[in-house]
Amino acid sequence: MGECPLLEAIFVQIDINEYERENEYRKLIENYEGKAEHLLAIMQDVQKQYNYLPRLAIQLISDYVGTPVSRVYAMASFYKAFSLVPKGRYVFRVCDGTACHIKNSETLLDRLYQQLGIKAGETTADGMYSVETVNCLGACALAPVMVVNGKVHGKVSPGEVERIVKEYGGQNHGS
Amino acid sequence: MEAKVYKDDRQTVLVCCGTGCTANGGREVFRAFQKRLENHPEMEVLPVIKATGCNGWCEKGPLVRLMPRDITYCSVAEKDVDEIVDKTLLEGVLIKRLLYRDPVSKEHLTSHHLTDFYRKQHKIALRNIGEIDPGQINDYIEREGYQALKKALQDMDGQAVIDAVKTAGLRGRGGGGFPTGSKWQSCRDAKGEPKYIICNGDEGDPGAFMDRSIMEGDPHTVIEGMILGAYAVGATHGYIYVRDEYDLAVQYLGQAVKDARQQGYLGSNIMGSELSFDIELVRGGGAFVCGEETALMASIEGRTGEPRDKYVYPTEKGLWGKPTIINNVETWANVPVIILHGAEAFAAIGTEKSKGTKVFSLVGKVVNTGLVEVPMGTTLREIIYEIGGGVLKKRRFKAVQTGGPSGGCIPASLLDLPIDFDSLTEAGSMMGSGGLIVMDDHTCMVEVARYYVNFLAGESCGKCTPCREGIRAMLEILTDICNGKGKLEDLQLLEDISATMQEASLCALGRTAPNPVLSTLRYFRDEYIEHIENRFCPAGICRELTTFYIDPEKCTGCTLCMKSCAVNAITGEKKQVHVIDESSCIRCGECYRTCNFDAIKLARRDRHEN
Repeated sequence: MGECPLLEAIFVQIDINEYERENEYRKLIENYEGKAEHLLAIMQDVQKQYNYLPRLAIQLISDYVGTPVSRVYAMASFYKAFSLVPKGRYVFRVCDGTACHIKNSETLLDRLYQQLGIKAGETTADGMYSVETVNCLGACALAPVMVVNGKVHGKVSPGEVERIVKEYGGQNHGS
Repeated sequence: MEAKVYKDDRQTVLVCCGTGCTANGGREVFRAFQKRLENHPEMEVLPVIKATGCNGWCEKGPLVRLMPRDITYCSVAEKDVDEIVDKTLLEGVLIKRLLYRDPVSKEHLTSHHLTDFYRKQHKIALRNIGEIDPGQINDYIEREGYQALKKALQDMDGQAVIDAVKTAGLRGRGGGGFPTGSKWQSCRDAKGEPKYIICNGDEGDPGAFMDRSIMEGDPHTVIEGMILGAYAVGATHGYIYVRDEYDLAVQYLGQAVKDARQQGYLGSNIMGSELSFDIELVRGGGAFVCGEETALMASIEGRTGEPRDKYVYPTEKGLWGKPTIINNVETWANVPVIILHGAEAFAAIGTEKSKGTKVFSLVGKVVNTGLVEVPMGTTLREIIYEIGGGVLKKRRFKAVQTGGPSGGCIPASLLDLPIDFDSLTEAGSMMGSGGLIVMDDHTCMVEVARYYVNFLAGESCGKCTPCREGIRAMLEILTDICNGKGKLEDLQLLEDISATMQEASLCALGRTAPNPVLSTLRYFRDEYIEHIENRFCPAGICRELTTFYIDPEKCTGCTLCMKSCAVNAITGEKKQVHVIDESSCIRCGECYRTCNFDAIKLARRDRHEN
């Protein structure tokens, strides 16, 4: 993990291969009128599609909406929904809302670390798995909760983590 | 208010498809019913969203209700569907094993309405949750939906609507408890066109999910409330700002807005009147501070969600500098009921200064988790013990946290406090959005304070210094205390920083951020001192201060702890005393919580190592 993801991302040059996707990006972006009030929605759609905001897409969004790149970056780094680096194919999101926290969601992270070799906020080197914590998913009655690519696993005991990781083929990934 | 969505001569199957039940396979059960009943046109299957957590049943979900007999089945699996259709629907025979069994009386109850959890509630905001299919506007209409709007358009002018909200004494359910009627009045009186209506659905408090449940389970009540607000102040455009993490809520709200438009409840000349109003959905970007109204408006305008100082209220200069009303989801859900059934009826419920009901999300170490709607003034004891069924595993109650990161922890000595907006503030906490998180003696209060401050450190927008730096400093101190590096004078320092933040922060996030620290210092100071002076965490949570050992007198050699250990630090033969290897133990405490014989003991880490 770098010191400042924002700085790192700004200095990233647009990879020449990214231009292959230019039309895909444009199609997503041009679903909206190019008004400033649609900036957030456009960025969310791109994030949803690619699991991060590609450097070229940011450039295109900035052109389309008519706002400086710096402002798109400001938004991207301010809101939690956005990532400037690619996420793994499978994202394990451990809820750390209060109800999950006092039911020891932290031990789930311990188990994920044992299985995948990564901590919250990290992605495995092969780009397959990411682990994140999220604030609250509003499923407090099922605490502790873990969501993998949108699938909710409720009342997860530490022992079950291995089985869930196995579902996505990631057992003993870290070792 | 008991209008029915199902027709009396038709059997209806209601399958819960809320977030909780979906996690347990509710959708699959729903599809299995659909498929099985294809050839039975005399019955219909409705997917119904239930408030997640109803009676803690989402853990036993998916829930299936059979109407009109009002039978509730728990933990229904796909394979049970045929049996339910053959036995219960066609022959009228109950399937005992799928019924809820009361843990106290051991009786099998046919309907969830018979349980203590439901009987002691009073539903206004949640009146339709679990009773209707949120994807069907006609379900809502059949349960008095859009009747309040009709009444207002026919018999009342805008001022009369505001007067009703004032008489009802409705206060904002999102946190501050500001009188809704006064807010609307100043927006109505403000100059400037157009005027805007906003629904704040950016429910960010960890541990609270009533707004999600309402948006998912009854989206039209929010829309009807907003239309009434628009009529009252003369607004033409509305926004619902909803957390993007709430997939189902986004989906159902989007559908509901479309349906309302199609049926003439939104758009030009609503129901043939002069009123024109439309609603747009905005998905939030995932920033807690956007629950603050000025930050939320900045976010809608397409900027980073930073709050501004409110020397001018949004009711005068809000969204794009125009007069704006912003209310929370639960507040909007109350409005149609007030207009339709009268302000007096609403004002008759609750306490002197807090009228009506409040929805709480009762979670944490409590037997029945879920959403609880009770009249204002109900005591914590009634909610936690009578409705919630007490603390899990009969452990000792330690505290209940209310109000999320802006709230505080309330100790056992205040269990008989009747709760409303003002009593909670006096106790050093806050109503907030209504999270009630029950904590037992396995919860460390210093760590809870650290948890909230850590949460806020990630969410402070950084615009003003007291909040940005104050939270960071508090986090450092609290982390030190949890790690056994605290000093007694730190406690005074925490209080000093808190006082500055309360005075000088720009928005409510910073001004209320010290509450979790101050309330735990006020009620659980001895626990802080235990951490500092004795380097011991009595709850066994702070890993740097804790070590575990097995009491050979009590260990039965059941091997449960061994199986629970993530790092294989526990060894021992079956029926022989087990031993924890300290060098490989990571002090997660899982064995301590698992042991049924109280054989795993806590000790000070340094003492044991020496």
